[in-house]
Amino acid sequence: MSFQRTQEKLKILADAAKYDVSCSSSGSKRANTNKGIGDATGMGICHSYTEDGRCVSLLKILLTNHCIFDCAYCVTRKSNDIKRAAFKVQEVVDLTINFYRRNYIEGLFLSSGIFKNADYTMERLVAVAKKLRTEENFNGYIHLKSIPGASDELMREAGLYADRLSVNIEIPTEQGLKQLAPDKKREDFIKPMVKVKNEIIQYKAEKKIIKSTPKYALGGQSTQMIIGASGENDFQIMQTSNHFYKNYNLKRVYYSGYVPISYDDRLPKIGSEVPMLRENRLYQTDWLMRFYGFDVSEILNEQHQHLDLDVDPKLSWALRNLHEFPIDVNTADKALLARVPGLGMKSVYKILNARRFRRLNWEHLKKIGVALNRAQYFMVCDSNQFERRDLTSEKIKGLILQNSTSKYRNSLSNQLNLFS
Amino acid sequence: MQSQTYIYDGTFDGFLTAVFHVFEFKLKTVNIQNECVQQHGLFSENETITTDEKKANRVWVGLKKQLSVRGRFQLYYAFLSEKEGIENVLLDYIRYAFTKTNADKDFAHPSVLKVAQIAKMVGREKHRMEAFVRFKLTQDEIYFANIEPDFNVLPLIEKHFKRRYADQKWMIYDIKRHYGLFYNLDKVEIIEMQFPEHFDFTKTSTDIFAAQEFEFQTLWQDYFKATNIKSRKNMKLHIRHVPKRYWKYLSEKLPS
Ligand code: SF4
Repeated sequence: MSFQRTQEKLKILADAAKYDVSCSSSGSKRANTNKGIGDATGMGICHSYTEDGRCVSLLKILLTNHCIFDCAYCVTRKSNDIKRAAFKVQEVVDLTINFYRRNYIEGLFLSSGIFKNADYTMERLVAVAKKLRTEENFNGYIHLKSIPGASDELMREAGLYADRLSVNIEIPTEQGLKQLAPDKKREDFIKPMVKVKNEIIQYKAEKKIIKSTPKYALGGQSTQMIIGASGENDFQIMQTSNHFYKNYNLKRVYYSGYVPISYDDRLPKIGSEVPMLRENRLYQTDWLMRFYGFDVSEILNEQHQHLDLDVDPKLSWALRNLHEFPIDVNTADKALLARVPGLGMKSVYKILNARRFRRLNWEHLKKIGVALNRAQYFMVCDSNQFERRDLTSEKIKGLILQNSTSKYRNSLSNQLNLFS
Repeated sequence: MQSQTYIYDGTFDGFLTAVFHVFEFKLKTVNIQNECVQQHGLFSENETITTDEKKANRVWVGLKKQLSVRGRFQLYYAFLSEKEGIENVLLDYIRYAFTKTNADKDFAHPSVLKVAQIAKMVGREKHRMEAFVRFKLTQDEIYFANIEPDFNVLPLIEKHFKRRYADQKWMIYDIKRHYGLFYNLDKVEIIEMQFPEHFDFTKTSTDIFAAQEFEFQTLWQDYFKATNIKSRKNMKLHIRHVPKRYWKYLSEKLPS
């Protein structure tokens, strides 16, 4: 490995890969076998954090940033005047192994611009993963990008070596895609996704009968959408997200606030702010959907197409549904508790356990870690002090906002200004 | 009333032995202290407890019946915090555990809550060390890392590193507590080492480390810089995730 050349390539190809936000390295059950290197059985570790506060868990690079396509929102697009580079398969293998041995990373996240055609590119991504698994006996995490339009055979092979596969749909609506990436088609994204989904289903079925069935993409599939590049509202975004979760059994959908990188007038201007708060609200909605028992239509629907920026989506939902409250913290079931603003699933678990020993009062709840600032308006407990005034939603919202400091306060006031 | 103080040797077994004595002599007020941090109470009677594995085991087996696996983990984690007075909180916890099954789930009980909170801090430190250890390859082919954790987490991270790095020799050394783990491709040993006086652990000296080590550190630093998105910069969040006191051991945070 020539140090200087590798260094140059690494700078270019890491820079080009950084807009992919997925950092997950968990959910796989690949154990270290035969005293090899690495293990991906655990929760996945963030080994460091970038200065923008994002987790660094995988060596996230492109194999090459040469690309035959010209998607407007992408730095790698053909028409962009940038330095181009390409790694050799062995270079990626060496970097991965050496970073892994030093405990810098959990594994590799390899994506690529499309050079020549989809299959040619996918073949090379698969070659890296195969080498790592079969020659290096590497059991760390491997996330490969499924190249839109890649053949079923290659996708099958990819899943044998990779823990996770993902295709980024990037633009939440077909219409937006047509506008920003005219040479790309929805079907091309969907095709590898369907193949991988079916392989996973088949793997799980066969695994029940034959123990030695070769592992297939144990960490599942994920995708990413860019937020704020093509004018969709939150309702449209979450509908798309829900569609993908339901129909393709995705493990995760990531939301990535668009970082302006182009003077193209179809896109937000360079220098406009990255919609980080909105991105955060979308993630919160995603969590409510996946872990808190909410149906997406309860939070976003024809009447409410935008998420509130000043309060989180659960609180916002609760304020619209005051008739469901207050609930009694000592008797309410798990599903109801999960709907109380200020109660996370961890607090719910603690409440369910602690109340078997005694009836809980405010003091107990505070110690358990409940955010009473929000929760107090929505529950009663073993105390005769509770909110008796018949407060309106606006009033409650005002009181809560008065007593809270948001880490997004600055960006909130900026982004709210945008809307006024 | 004169209170009793038990002095134990700082080991977990030693602590459990002390607990055994508390139960055996049905002591009501007692103070259990680690011999390293021992402070003599003016009016207390000190007794040194000799660690006895059998007695310790009996307490542990008893706890197994009363606590969930998670509860026992929390107990051990909290112990490793080495916090002043932790022994007495744990004793209170253990006493409560012997009166109620599944006491570890009573999150509204003061000692249970306290132990759960401290265990959580220790767990976080364990997790941080699993993340922040940076191995450097020495000339004799050992991947070496030094750490200085807030709590005594080496015993907790052994399994993780052993499972992960089964085909390389590695050493993780706690320079605050003066002991380390060494994996020799077969098993993990506890070791104590002499370092030269004024040895600078933040530097990668060419006398000790392999030539290629510098290249990989540089590549890693380059990677770290390239993967940052400037327009999303958020140092407050960054520092919350990577508190400054850990920076000196992270090659990506060192000035290059
Ligand atoms: S195909 Fe992929 S890499 Fe190429 S321009 Fe489009 S998004 Fe960028």
